[in-house]
Amino acid sequence: MGGRGGAARVVRVVVVDDHAMFRAGVRAELSSAASTSSTADIQVDVVAEAADVDEAVAAIAAHHPDVVLLDVHLPGGGGQEVMRRVHAAPTTEEHPRFLALSVSDAAEDVIGTIRGGARGYVTKTITGPELVAAIGRVAEGDAVFSPRLAGFVLDAFAGSIQVAAVDEDLDRLTEREREVMRLIARGYAYKEVAKELFISIKTVETHMSSVLRKLQLSSRHELTRWASDRRLL
Amino acid sequence: MSAYDPPVFRRATRDTTAPVAGGVASGLARHLRLPVLWVRVGFVVAAALGGLGVALYAALWLMMPSDARFVTDAPGLESAIRTGKRPRPTSRLADVGPAIALGALGIGLVFLVEAVLGGGALFWPLLLAVGGVALLWRQADEAQRERWLDTTGRIDPVRAVFGAGTWASYLRVIAGVGLVVAAVTIFALGSGELSLARDVWLATLLGIAGLAVVLGPWVFRLASDLGAERAERIRTQERADVAAHLHDSVLQTLALIQKNADHGPTVARLARAQERELRSWLYAGESADAATLTGALREAAARIEDEHGVIVDLVSVGDTGMAEGLRPLVLAAREAMVNAAKHAGTGRVDVYCEVGASHAELFVRDRGAGFDQAQVPADRLGVRHSIVERMERHGGTAVVRSAPGEGTEVRLSMPLEEE
Repeated sequence: MGGRGGAARVVRVVVVDDHAMFRAGVRAELSSAASTSSTADIQVDVVAEAADVDEAVAAIAAHHPDVVLLDVHLPGGGGQEVMRRVHAAPTTEEHPRFLALSVSDAAEDVIGTIRGGARGYVTKTITGPELVAAIGRVAEGDAVFSPRLAGFVLDAFAGSIQVAAVDEDLDRLTEREREVMRLIARGYAYKEVAKELFISIKTVETHMSSVLRKLQLSSRHELTRWASDRRLL
Repeated sequence: MSAYDPPVFRRATRDTTAPVAGGVASGLARHLRLPVLWVRVGFVVAAALGGLGVALYAALWLMMPSDARFVTDAPGLESAIRTGKRPRPTSRLADVGPAIALGALGIGLVFLVEAVLGGGALFWPLLLAVGGVALLWRQADEAQRERWLDTTGRIDPVRAVFGAGTWASYLRVIAGVGLVVAAVTIFALGSGELSLARDVWLATLLGIAGLAVVLGPWVFRLASDLGAERAERIRTQERADVAAHLHDSVLQTLALIQKNADHGPTVARLARAQERELRSWLYAGESADAATLTGALREAAARIEDEHGVIVDLVSVGDTGMAEGLRPLVLAAREAMVNAAKHAGTGRVDVYCEVGASHAELFVRDRGAGFDQAQVPADRLGVRHSIVERMERHGGTAVVRSAPGEGTEVRLSMPLEEE
């Protein structure tokens, strides 16, 4: 957290959510949270709002934000559709980074959104300062794992430890990554994880990004089956 | 082409909500828009004059469909009726009324038969048979009404005949069948010899068997179709009931929030409890019953959220059935959550549960005040007794890590019993 550089860094954000009341709430919360001391080095600037997939794609093309706060359930195909269309569109600019923000804790939605390209997942009950911190982290290219997401990830990769094939790197978590995930699921913050495991915060972030990459690229059928199993439950 | 609306046919139906005999008179009165008393008097007069009224009544009873259809009301009201929170329309007359009406029907019948046949050999058997059939029809109506109100989904042959199974329904069926059997017997005996009587009985039974063979498959298919349709209807109703319940509880919560609008913590607690309930229904289908370890923990967490006004964030990986051996784990976790809620002062507790191959591990963590374990007096039973000793008594372990200013983490581990 804090102290990444001297001057306040401005992060340009597009808020995508089909509930107008919630968009207004997020906007208010972000502007008030940004002025508090703990997150003074990140200045969040909400440049646009969108209520459905088409509006979101248009707003992203028009404003080139750094971060898109993306609702998982959205008219027009959901948050995943927004990411698919933004990534498919030809552009010279760098693609924005997506942070999924949802009230739905359904595991398949969460994993589906991460696999669709989101760099993190937080629930809508997150506090303002926490949200600003998460936006800052995503803007820097790091991953944001809430305890719940860490739990889902562990669940998804559970049982994969016994897989003997060494070349399937993507299909399992290393012991270290598992430890990091478990601590996150237990409610540890990044720096607490680092302290607990005697590693640097940078190393923790590296592990997180690696888990995120595996989650997005892994084609292991267990992951798909797990998702469909959860749907049945 | 469609310049005018197609004519809407009004159909006469029997009134099943408040029938005297078969609900024919009140149904007809409704259809003809006449006072029901006129129609009843008309039937009685017609019955007295040569028994025509009885024949008419019987024919209409047979032909007119019952009006027992789906209740269409506001969803909340329907659901309240189904779950017994609202009175449902009750029958106007007690069981005595229909009996009197049936008696009157029988007397009408006597007149009818005497008018047609002028008394004689057929009189008594016919009287008995008609009386029996009337009783059976009456019961069929009751059973049909029961079926429409039934919520169990399966078609039970016993219920299909006896309905709710009150003494009146059994009595009606027994008396009805008895009367019909007596009628056939008297008719058979009336022709003189005993052997002839046996032949008549045999012929009757053969006739019934033949009908059963011919109509059986058709009836069976109809019944199974009806069963499938009913199951679908009940699923829809259940869903509607849950939705109604949720909307109702949202209304209650909103009312409470309005009343407590200036008390932040109460509003937050109410909103949190409501959010939990809605979420569990809309999305994960997360059950908070005690059938699994996660379910039991979720239940405990919900209770603590409500009682102490904190947020308990429960994350679980894997799950297992709730065995007796896991109860101490849940109780210890509960105690740890209560401690965190009371003493941490942050309003937030993280709980993580992981069910592995041989152990269930559970972490309860807060970022609150923490405490120095060396300073805790020996007489403070909370942690030591409820958590550590409880776990150790049942073969598990408990480790408490805490330091002032760094929060507290309770780590519990319990071996899983072999299946």
